[in-house]
Amino acid sequence: MALLIGALTLGIILSLLALGVYISYRIFDIADITVDGSLTFGAAVTGVLLVNYGVHPLYATLAGFAAGLLAGTVTGILQTTFRINPLLSGILVMSGLYSVNLHVMGRSNIPFLGVATLNSYCEQLGASWFGAATTNLGGWTVSSADVTMLMLMSVLVSSIALVLWAFFRTDLGTAMRASGDNPQMVKALGGNVALYRLFGLALANGLVALAGSLWAQYQNFADVQMGIGMIVWGLASVIIGEALTGAAGVGLAIVGTIIGSVLFRELVAIALSFGLNPNDLKLITAVFVFAALVLPDLARKLSTRANRKRAKVARTRPC
Amino acid sequence: MLKLIDVEKTFHANTANEVRPLRGITLDIGEGAFVIVLGGNGSGKSTLLNALAGCFEIDSGRIELDGQDLGDWSEHRRAAWIGRVFQNPFSGTASGMSILDNFSLAAKRGKLRGLAWAQSRKLRQELQGRVRELDMGLENRLDSPIGLLSGGQRQALTLLMATWLKPKLLLLDEHTAALDPKSADQVLALTERVIADAKLTTLMVTHSMQQAVQYGDRIVMMHGGRVLHDFGYEQKQQLQVDDLLACFHNARQDEWLD
Repeated sequence: MALLIGALTLGIILSLLALGVYISYRIFDIADITVDGSLTFGAAVTGVLLVNYGVHPLYATLAGFAAGLLAGTVTGILQTTFRINPLLSGILVMSGLYSVNLHVMGRSNIPFLGVATLNSYCEQLGASWFGAATTNLGGWTVSSADVTMLMLMSVLVSSIALVLWAFFRTDLGTAMRASGDNPQMVKALGGNVALYRLFGLALANGLVALAGSLWAQYQNFADVQMGIGMIVWGLASVIIGEALTGAAGVGLAIVGTIIGSVLFRELVAIALSFGLNPNDLKLITAVFVFAALVLPDLARKLSTRANRKRAKVARTRPC
Repeated sequence: MLKLIDVEKTFHANTANEVRPLRGITLDIGEGAFVIVLGGNGSGKSTLLNALAGCFEIDSGRIELDGQDLGDWSEHRRAAWIGRVFQNPFSGTASGMSILDNFSLAAKRGKLRGLAWAQSRKLRQELQGRVRELDMGLENRLDSPIGLLSGGQRQALTLLMATWLKPKLLLLDEHTAALDPKSADQVLALTERVIADAKLTTLMVTHSMQQAVQYGDRIVMMHGGRVLHDFGYEQKQQLQVDDLLACFHNARQDEWLD
């Protein structure tokens, strides 16, 4: 049960990563690998502020979000002002961020020991809400800190999802969606496509960095390697979400992405508890995304071919 | 209303692929004029429209709209004054988004887009009325993706979008060239009606001499990046397709003799 709650919490935290990937990949049609760097950037900034400067967890988390906005803005400027290929822009910023993260952290790993984090805050809050360090949830004994953290993260992610949904229904949000769909049309209607793209990438990476910041606080350490391969993780969540909801409309896509992230994390937790080697995780995720990208097309092709064969047989029949 | 003074543009200058689609275009177009820009492939007619829309900066010359020099204006800034319909029906609409979404963008052409709701009941009702006039059965499909519609339907909607807020200048870039004859006629009829109703200053590019004779009140004939002939209203009334063909034939012959 503790394992499932842990996976659920992490799934919800990482759904912010998935939402960021949804914005860059689905709305703007850019596979933005900045994500791998900005996730760590958020964790690093939050970690240093918490451990070295004793900043309040709330402000440290917000600073993590801001760090992601900055990283996304840099990628956006490379793409729009300097017209560098989107994929390459992301690679450049991700690569640069690796050094930046090491500098920010001062070492490759920062444990959050003995400092106030969202986690320790939840421990206090949980103890005062439930009156004990553990509580009974449907017959299972679980840590009240874990339950509090889960509730807090659910509320946070739901509010962010709601704000995103509302945003994409405003004039600005609609223009941003359209500039991913048809930039020429948006220009002809007076939209500044470059600015929208910049803003979208900043927002996407802000969300990703926020996920990194919360994840680090949840696991009680920031590590310079924690972002590696996370874009694939986000893509997997987005794809699962689309399979579940059919991807019609932004609202459903946002809900689907969150559910996709939680489901994927649960699946991984179950697979790991059954003895899956953690070293294989990234490979399996990558293969999963590959299959999800290729299979629908392949299935369509095969069924058309089958239909054609059937039609041929029908045609050769004498009348 | 619209003034072009000696507008020139060269692409890939000083290379083997050098093209000079605009070699000194000078035009003066009055308010409310419906000008047909006629020319063959490579005559520079589409480049002329793109120069007006701000897709690239011109090399020399001057473009004035309503007394304002547009030289430094970016494409999206010019869009506040200029409505456009493209040749490709896919270019003018965002296919993954609903009809209503598309029009909510058109309703803000050239305006600052902020955090107000994009859709409103007022827009929906107004749109329903305008779309009903098209008689294409789209009035009850405002929430379905625009990508599901036919090319003709999309061009009709793009035209409505481009003129939803009255533009100072309407640019139609062979907007019926990719349509079947029946849809093309429908869209052209709609074009004529929209232009007449709002008294729009319009430049319509076409390579169809039939369209040139049938529509508009002035023909600017382009060839090799230059204005070959400029037929005003009176002259245009006398013109027939054969006359236009003869003009082009003569131009080609002159080219040979050069």
